[in-house]
Amino acid sequence: MLWNALLLALREIRRNVLRSVLTTLGIVIGVAAVITMVTIGGGATAQVTQQIASLGTNLLIIRPGQRLGMGQRGIAPPFKLEDAVAIAREIPSIAAVAPSASQSATAITGNANWSTAAYGVDNRYLAVRNLTIQEGRPFSDGDLRAGRAVCILGATVRKELFGTQNPLGSNIRLGKISCQVIGLLEAKGQSTMGRDQDDIILLPLRTFQRRIAGNQEISLIQVSVREGIATEKAQADLEQLMRERRRIGPGEDDDFQVRDMKEVAQMLTGTTRILTSLLGAVAAVSLLVGGIGIMNIMLVSVTERTREIGIRLAIGALEREVLLQFLVEAVVLSSFGGVAGILLAMVASLGMSRLLEVPFILNPGIIVLAFFFSAAVGVIFGFFPARKAARLDPIEALRHE
Amino acid sequence: MSGAPPSPPPLIRLTGVTKIYGHGQASMAALRGIDLDIGEGEFVAVMGPSGSGKSTCMNILGCLDTPTRGSYLFRGVSVEDLGRNQRAMLRRHYLGFVFQGFNLLNRTSALENVELPLIYRGLPAGQRRAAARKALAAVGLSDWEGHTPGELSGGQQQRVAIARAIVTEPAVLFADEPTGNLDTARSREIMELLTTLNREHGLTVVMVTHEPDMALYAKRTVHFVDGKVAADTNGEGG
Repeated sequence: MLWNALLLALREIRRNVLRSVLTTLGIVIGVAAVITMVTIGGGATAQVTQQIASLGTNLLIIRPGQRLGMGQRGIAPPFKLEDAVAIAREIPSIAAVAPSASQSATAITGNANWSTAAYGVDNRYLAVRNLTIQEGRPFSDGDLRAGRAVCILGATVRKELFGTQNPLGSNIRLGKISCQVIGLLEAKGQSTMGRDQDDIILLPLRTFQRRIAGNQEISLIQVSVREGIATEKAQADLEQLMRERRRIGPGEDDDFQVRDMKEVAQMLTGTTRILTSLLGAVAAVSLLVGGIGIMNIMLVSVTERTREIGIRLAIGALEREVLLQFLVEAVVLSSFGGVAGILLAMVASLGMSRLLEVPFILNPGIIVLAFFFSAAVGVIFGFFPARKAARLDPIEALRHE
Repeated sequence: MSGAPPSPPPLIRLTGVTKIYGHGQASMAALRGIDLDIGEGEFVAVMGPSGSGKSTCMNILGCLDTPTRGSYLFRGVSVEDLGRNQRAMLRRHYLGFVFQGFNLLNRTSALENVELPLIYRGLPAGQRRAAARKALAAVGLSDWEGHTPGELSGGQQQRVAIARAIVTEPAVLFADEPTGNLDTARSREIMELLTTLNREHGLTVVMVTHEPDMALYAKRTVHFVDGKVAADTNGEGG
């Protein structure tokens, strides 16, 4: 009986190519739209999450000046190198301390110049910021102690100044000094905030202070907290220590701020979550529209098919045989449309993820959901009108105009 | 119709069959107590003006519709006691239908249309195809088996419908105005085909028509007026 139903169903599908294609198309579009949306949304979320991870969530950043709201700081005396040394000495929950100073600077080679940011750092900065030396070497102790004129280039600076040539060993002019390139950083790409993380030049802190900035100031101290220790605890210790060192009396406000990267990470995750919900909502609408399309095709074909059902009943088909045939037809078309939709979604989301430069991550849950939703719509609207017709007296079904 | 030994029941016996459409005041009686026997091998024409109940009677005979009251014995089996599925099985195994509007499946080849009843009978593909070809040959359409209804003339479509009705070798063929949509020449071809099937294959044929010319082909004519049998004449035609 099932075999017969399959035979009859396949014959009907083959004979009514247009109707079959339209039905299938509704499902294909519904399924493909949902899966593509959710895949792209998921990819974007994953990218942000990965960027947050590369930022380091156990990172605390200490800057001079009060926090006055988004991105604003009051004026306050800068830090000294001794502050960084004290932090490393006094707070046991701290794994690494990386003091740095920075200012914008123009780098010049023979025939190219590029405006970038110069950082005075030591090798701990690399560890704290998750930077990797791709070629060459980090700063040596001698470089750092003597303040030698050496530098490490980020990927963007390297490209702008040297193109495809190997810059190792060459000299670049930076402000008033000429310094030798000793290392190249691995590319990190854009930060979540859209800043190019590769547009930097690193110099030994002492070199930077003496020969570029001309002072002893430290503009930023980055601190990484030991694994397994709450950043809140380390932050409290840090604030206590800095208040003592900066002689802030009880009741007075801090003239510095400690920022936990975890907060930034949480803010970004929240934003992406909203984005993903939005995409999900758009996807749900397209699934609904696809479902209505399927429904319409199925309902429109009912008139024609009521007569067909009458003919079948008149020549001796049982109600359940007719229903089984319609069920098989609906299931075959819906599954076919569902599979085609999934394949289309794969191609579309692969293409779009390349275009938008987000990772391609398929979400099996949404594939299953989209498939079964469309299939259910196809089966329900293909099956129930047919059931109504198959329950008529054959002569009623035959008279149906 | 002689008394002596209890004769076997006829193929079809209707006793007091009544069909009422609607309820209460709006109800309308299409049949008002029909008594009718039809024996094996007969060729009966059912005539009458429109609204006389002849088509309703035909649908009841064909188990496509159910009577409101009265009894219908098919080979001694009481049809009103059968369920939906049992009536479907009765149609499948013993009854063949030809309709005024042909009622073929669209976009479906003549051969596949004729095969259809055999699929429901569960015949294997080879036998099914052979039987369908034989039936198409019997109606003279061997060369048209791959054509769909849209590619066939009205007369050819009706012959496909007849092939579909006889492919199962039914006990009786019901034809409801089989020539109603055809011109005179095509109508004669169809009637000659039905006559041949009746004479040479012993197929019982019950045909509804309002054209006296077509009724002449039948051996017996039953006249309906206002839901009752007004006249039952034997021996015409042949």
